Amino acid sequence: MIEQLFQTLVATVRDVLPIAAILFGFQLVVLRRPIPHMRQVITGFVYVLIGLAFFLVGLEMALFPLGKLMATQLTDPAFLFGDGAPIDASSIDWTSYGWVYLFALAIGFSTTIAEPSLLAVAIKANEVSGGGIGVWGLRVAVAIGVALGITLGVFRIITGTPLHWYIIVGYLVVVIQTVFAPRAIVALAYDSGGVTTSTVTVPLVAALGLGLASTVPGRSAALDGFGLIAFASLFPIISVIAYAQLAEWRARRRSS
Amino acid sequence: MKSLRAFIKAMVDSLRDLAPIVLVIGFFQLAVLQQPIPNLLDILIGAFFVVIGLTLFVRGLEMGLFPIGESMAYAFARKGSLSWLLAFAFALGFGTTVAEPALIAVADEAAHVAVEAGLIEADEEHREAYALGLRYTVAFSVGIAILVGVLRIVRGWPIQYLIIGGYIGVIIMTGFAPEEIIGIAYDSGGVTTSTITVPLVTALGVGLASSIKGRNPMIDGFGLIAFASLTPMMFVMGYGMVISR
Repeated sequence: MIEQLFQTLVATVRDVLPIAAILFGFQLVVLRRPIPHMRQVITGFVYVLIGLAFFLVGLEMALFPLGKLMATQLTDPAFLFGDGAPIDASSIDWTSYGWVYLFALAIGFSTTIAEPSLLAVAIKANEVSGGGIGVWGLRVAVAIGVALGITLGVFRIITGTPLHWYIIVGYLVVVIQTVFAPRAIVALAYDSGGVTTSTVTVPLVAALGLGLASTVPGRSAALDGFGLIAFASLFPIISVIAYAQLAEWRARRRSS
Repeated sequence: MKSLRAFIKAMVDSLRDLAPIVLVIGFFQLAVLQQPIPNLLDILIGAFFVVIGLTLFVRGLEMGLFPIGESMAYAFARKGSLSWLLAFAFALGFGTTVAEPALIAVADEAAHVAVEAGLIEADEEHREAYALGLRYTVAFSVGIAILVGVLRIVRGWPIQYLIIGGYIGVIIMTGFAPEEIIGIAYDSGGVTTSTITVPLVTALGVGLASSIKGRNPMIDGFGLIAFASLTPMMFVMGYGMVISR
């Protein structure tokens, strides 16, 4: 355990080195001034590194093995259609996968709430908006988007419909929403698409996608396993704009 | 004493962040799959680690990553050299992406898919070259993304035209890209932005928007991550169109 912790720490440090080199390089060579509160900044970096290492090792110990196993078990035909029963491919349609949808919905929501980079953006947005955007409000809005996105992505893998149609329609919805959205939310909403999918969500969601693509008859893991992340990055944009529109609409109704 | 209390409060917050996953996995394991929870002790220790980790991460964020991102934004704004600022933006995007573990994993996976689809020769050498090329392509595209995003903040261009224009580009390219690459391309937008890059880049954007006159940090400060998730899709599809036999 100690060894695993140490290895993860080394790996995290290695990931951060190029970032630190760029920051300090530009600071010293181009800006040519000492970093304000140098000691505090370095302590902060050390906290981030140790924190991430603990976070990743903890996930690997507690949640990932079980979560990934679960994704495989839930998509296993033996679980879905009963043991040993001969599987008639023609009798399987998208409604046979009830628990998988529920799992996709629940895991999409819960992993997003625990996602550290979303927390970072939510803290910043709360600070910049002077409290107008709640840390929890934003996180829940994004999590709902991810949950719906992954569920629809699962539906797509099961039905085998082309990915790009969903994505194109999703973009169209974003474009239409953008026209009517309060201006202050647009940039933040676009950002929230990219921040949702990192350390916690990707491994579990990828396991779900690969598990499904390899057990659903007629799908190939290599070609159909992809695409869930794309859904998870598109739908939060829609849900965050919707959240802002709802808040605006309620405020307007209250004032009138 | 006061800092201890703050630390405990932060840990309770982290515990609350983790609770939904624990509930979901517990429910599915016990109620749906009807199996016992294996290695309960490991799970408890692991959950404790996650809570400590998240607490330290948030603390470090506020002490280190946010301040340095913002102070560099202020310093560049004061220096007034746009070309150095853009060079910094590109370096930050490229440098943080090229070594990103999630990207390395996706690039390897993509190379296997490319072999299966017959886009490249099925040997080790071609596969590695393909994966490496893809990694540099994505890193380059993120560099460009942060550069364009920073230029947008400086000039005050409205974000929606750029992003929607980008989406239209993605849709048009989807029509021409090899079908096997499309899923990977769409996914690559999401995996490029790591847990350390996001707070840094967000602080940079917000810092720039608040130090340049006439920019609103809420309207102009966000959006860098959005660019960083958009350009990889276009560049990966472009890569798929160029590298095929």
